Amino acid sequence: MIVATIAFYIFAGVAIAAGFMVIAARNPVHSVLFLILAFFNAAGLFVLMGAEFLAMILIIVYVGAVAVLFLFVVMMLDIDFAELREGFLQYMPIGALIGLIVLLELLLVAGTWTLAPEVASLAASPIPPMADVTNAEAIGQVMYTQYVYFFQAAGMVLLVAMIGAIVLTLRKKPDAQRQSIPDQVARTAETAVELKKVEPGQGL
Amino acid sequence: MEIGLAHYLTVAAILFTLGIFGIFLNRKNVIIILMSIELMLLAVNINLVAFSTHLGDLTGQIFAMLVLTVAAAEAAIGLAILVVYFRNRGSIAVEDINLMKG
Repeated sequence: MIVATIAFYIFAGVAIAAGFMVIAARNPVHSVLFLILAFFNAAGLFVLMGAEFLAMILIIVYVGAVAVLFLFVVMMLDIDFAELREGFLQYMPIGALIGLIVLLELLLVAGTWTLAPEVASLAASPIPPMADVTNAEAIGQVMYTQYVYFFQAAGMVLLVAMIGAIVLTLRKKPDAQRQSIPDQVARTAETAVELKKVEPGQGL
Repeated sequence: MEIGLAHYLTVAAILFTLGIFGIFLNRKNVIIILMSIELMLLAVNINLVAFSTHLGDLTGQIFAMLVLTVAAAEAAIGLAILVVYFRNRGSIAVEDINLMKG
């Protein structure tokens, strides 16, 4: 149990420190790398809680896809990031004030709520005991039966996002060489071959 | 000391606040704002999973997965809009984003 406690404090501390560095780092590339660190530690917290499937999904989706996407965009755009940091200190007081208020309210909520006594009997899909089914299997058993429409909806969201991203960033370059299958098929020997009569000793 | 639900909720609350703080702190840099939103969604996910495992109900983990999906879609669309905007204007400063005169 003491190991779990130490692991929790390490994961939580590093996650929060990395989260702070995401917003405070001077270089956006460092911000992305700290974001990756925060995600890794959050995945560690998930494992501690016993949701190991979500932890692995978090690493694959966030670190493998989202963070790398951020990294691509940060490196692709040619921006003077120092200029964008102007006014950093100017916004600090109002940001700190609102952040403090939100944190206090959240902690007040977290400190004062209580669970209803009958909550244990209300579980829509109770977690089966760890010894019988693994976390991934338990999720699969409810996700493809009870929540199949939500699963399909998530797929639609991803499809629409993919199409949207492609449509937004695709651009037609006027000077790009493209293959045109109909034009190629429609060519005949008459249009494709040009015969020239070359006079002897003159050349073309 | 036993690590309970309150510990995880506190971590999530701090991460969420850092996300809000980041939006205010980096008012000019859209990329950092998008990252702050990711941070807030991560905090929400920690909350969902903490309640899910504490109450022994798998629904929270399913919901966290849906939040993950939406977060990935949001990042893709947001970055696509950012790239198109940069192509058109040559800048990503938030103050320049006034094309719609809203």
